[in-house]
Amino acid sequence: MPPAGKSPLPEITPAGELTLPKLLLHTISVMGEKRVAVREKEFGIWRPIAWGQYLENVRLIGLGFVALGLQPGEKVALIGDNRPEGLFAEMAALAVGGVVVWLFQDAMVSEVQYIVDHSDAKFLIGEGQEEADKGLAIRDQCPKLQKIIWDDPKGMRHYNDAMLISLDEVRRLGRELDAKQPELFNRLVEQGRSADTCLLFYTSGTTAKPKGALLTHFNMLKMGQNMMRVDAYRQSDDFVSYLPFAWIGEQMMSISCGLQAGFIINFPEEPETAQENIREIAPHMLFAPPRIYEQMVRNIQVRYLDSPFLKRKVYELGMAIGYRTADMKFARQPLSLGWRLLRLAAELLLFRSLRDHQGLSRIRHAYSGGAALGPDHFRFFHAIGVNLKQIYGQTEIAGISVLHRDDDIKFDTVGKPIPETEVKITPEGEIISKSPSVFQGYYKNPNATAEALRMEAGGDGPWLHSSDTGFIDEDGHLVVFDRSADIMTLANGSKFSPQYIESRLKFSPYLQDAWVLGDHRPYVTAVICIAYNVVGKWAESRNIAYTSYMELSQKPEVCHLVGQTIGEVNRYLPEAAHIKRFVNLYKAFDADDDEVTRTRKLRRRFLEERYQDIIDALYSGKDSVHMDTTITYEDGRVASIKTNLRLEEVSG
Amino acid sequence: MPEQTETQLKVDGLHLWFGGVAALTDLDLEVKKGEIFSLIGPNGAGKTSFLNCVSGLYKPQRGTITFHNHNISRLRAHQRARLGISRTFQKIELFKGMTVLDNIRLGRHLYMKTGLIAGALWVGPAAREEIKHRTFIEEAIVDLLEIEHLRDQVVHMLPYGLQKRVELARALALEPKLLLLDEPMAGLNLEEVEDMARFILDINEDPHWGVTCVLVEHDMGVVMDISDRVAVLNFGIKIAEGAPQDIASNPAVVQAYLGESEVYATRR
Repeated sequence: MPPAGKSPLPEITPAGELTLPKLLLHTISVMGEKRVAVREKEFGIWRPIAWGQYLENVRLIGLGFVALGLQPGEKVALIGDNRPEGLFAEMAALAVGGVVVWLFQDAMVSEVQYIVDHSDAKFLIGEGQEEADKGLAIRDQCPKLQKIIWDDPKGMRHYNDAMLISLDEVRRLGRELDAKQPELFNRLVEQGRSADTCLLFYTSGTTAKPKGALLTHFNMLKMGQNMMRVDAYRQSDDFVSYLPFAWIGEQMMSISCGLQAGFIINFPEEPETAQENIREIAPHMLFAPPRIYEQMVRNIQVRYLDSPFLKRKVYELGMAIGYRTADMKFARQPLSLGWRLLRLAAELLLFRSLRDHQGLSRIRHAYSGGAALGPDHFRFFHAIGVNLKQIYGQTEIAGISVLHRDDDIKFDTVGKPIPETEVKITPEGEIISKSPSVFQGYYKNPNATAEALRMEAGGDGPWLHSSDTGFIDEDGHLVVFDRSADIMTLANGSKFSPQYIESRLKFSPYLQDAWVLGDHRPYVTAVICIAYNVVGKWAESRNIAYTSYMELSQKPEVCHLVGQTIGEVNRYLPEAAHIKRFVNLYKAFDADDDEVTRTRKLRRRFLEERYQDIIDALYSGKDSVHMDTTITYEDGRVASIKTNLRLEEVSG
Repeated sequence: MPEQTETQLKVDGLHLWFGGVAALTDLDLEVKKGEIFSLIGPNGAGKTSFLNCVSGLYKPQRGTITFHNHNISRLRAHQRARLGISRTFQKIELFKGMTVLDNIRLGRHLYMKTGLIAGALWVGPAAREEIKHRTFIEEAIVDLLEIEHLRDQVVHMLPYGLQKRVELARALALEPKLLLLDEPMAGLNLEEVEDMARFILDINEDPHWGVTCVLVEHDMGVVMDISDRVAVLNFGIKIAEGAPQDIASNPAVVQAYLGESEVYATRR
């Protein structure tokens, strides 16, 4: 056995036979059964789970699925927070030839029903009472669903429906089967082929019903391998798994890379404690959508606003040094001795503790993907010494296809293709890519598949069409615009990206979300969602009384604050892109209301329909608009809202 | 809910006067083991006075209180706590400057045997004892009440609804057999009320806990939903007792209390 430590595991050869479960067995044979594979914080203590226990769970749960009638190729749907049981159940289903479908933990009943039914899932594996309730609510519409499996007994005392079964019971069935046929598990794992489908992943979709992307073991294995050819992860590394398993980025890290590198996967105690737990673990890599980084910046900025004079001055001075040196790094200028000394001082006085408070004290690679992260946020992290890199990818390519290299980072690009990946721009400007990780097609949707996967003349392909536009710059970096349809044409005829303006607005700690309008309109406007906690605290310190988000957002003082913030952003925008008017929305955008996707991308088309009244008012001379609308709770209840919103001019 | 027969708390002929004011008059009540028993009535009916008599804060002038067939009328509050009677307060009575975990730990003080010096040095048995109690707090209380994210927060920084939950946690640290809850829903929003009702049901039904609960509450929706039996007080006199549905339709109760005003109506 090689010594534990810094070296990555030897590279795999995922041709022909290799599958994720076979890789699990292989990794265990190299690492040994005793070493820690997974940690979970439970009852206030980090509890290690060794590779041997991991395998034992996979074996028993997998055989339990077989005992319940799961055949190779059949689908198993999973829902719940990140926890070891989720990982075990996923790997167990794969081990016995099943196909895994992950659902977002906070998916509404209608979404769960659509995906469970469309995917033909045989089992739905949830965490506890909430998921069991969702399962029971949809079973009449999902005739192919046979069992609902739960593992947290809390609140399950009075449930005795025949369709429900506990994960412990599944394990017991597995143990029985294992005793009868001890060779069965290994035989089932052996039967797997790398071309078999392993994941059926529903893309959130900013426009239509979710589409189910089919990914094979080969796709996933190649993804991890090529990713780690750029950034090698080590056996001794720690990773915190807290973003939804239903997000391909989390699958890529926990499954594709985790098994190949052998690093430790840590699960937080509860979603509410994730930030605290990340700080305790201090992971070596972090893969997160922009909102996580935006939140970190907001945390730091709020602490700055709350600090006494001296600390604020240290922060201001330190950040000035940080920004200057980061810009020199971007420009690939060498740092002079003087700057290096200043940077060292700022590191000791400021950056070290800023990073520590956000759980970034040991970070080697931080990735942002899923949507665009604004240039201000990007510079901020490099200023405080975090190696933040953009990635570009999609579910249909098993995760990512383009990535920054450590010494070659430009904050307006997403970097260069990873090995074995080709990226081209079509004459129409669409980004297309080809790699061993390109998916097999959409489940039961040949039209969408033909749209996404196209052969080029001469049989070259298939090329994955992303429907994103972009170009490749002089350094070979890919630059991604918004979805082609999202780019707006301003009054003077020039084209501009609303996302760019939005990301600049979101650098203010007071603004949670922004939605910028202006396509073929006389001027640019914005709909703002204030950051409730931050603005709330700001209001309290000025003795401004409020009882709800709605009330706070419409306070004249708050509108003035937002107006000032927008005015500052305007200074960095070309004249034609200046935001002239804005409105503070009475609520934050919510995926339950279909306003954003589960990965928090704005669904612009939908927003325009929903807030037609507000848009009309923004482009009229009115100074207020009456709203009469509904909001949906997660359990499907609907409440109605009546209010007047103030429409504001941006001064200056 | 299975039929409960064994009597846990029995009150006979309880009289409590403050000067010329009769707070409780000749009160007889019986609470059976394992039930949720609610006490309702208008403001000033004597509900909290009753809880104070049972927990030992008030000394009634006449009457006996028996707990598991022991006459506890003459016992002091801390002695009753040792027998397994715990309570929460209408107005939160926590140590506001201490953390959530420290407040809960204090609830276990009764079970700690370590002396001052051994505790300070944290040697051998003292460390083992503390770890044992901490394990209990984590597994039985923190997990049950879902306050993992609050452990190290200072109580006065928490919103009111969470403080109420911490108070329940502190009461549970005593491992009570009988839990007296004085308006646990007061001041909570709808979501917090639903959570709190579920916690009370958990504490009552979970085989690990199985705690008998006496609930004083104004939220009729909650009372009618989760109680096994309800008694109604008016001016210190019991005017009705029975199953929730019987109480809701009892004319005397409706007149005294339920029909009085919208204020007491349920929020659902």
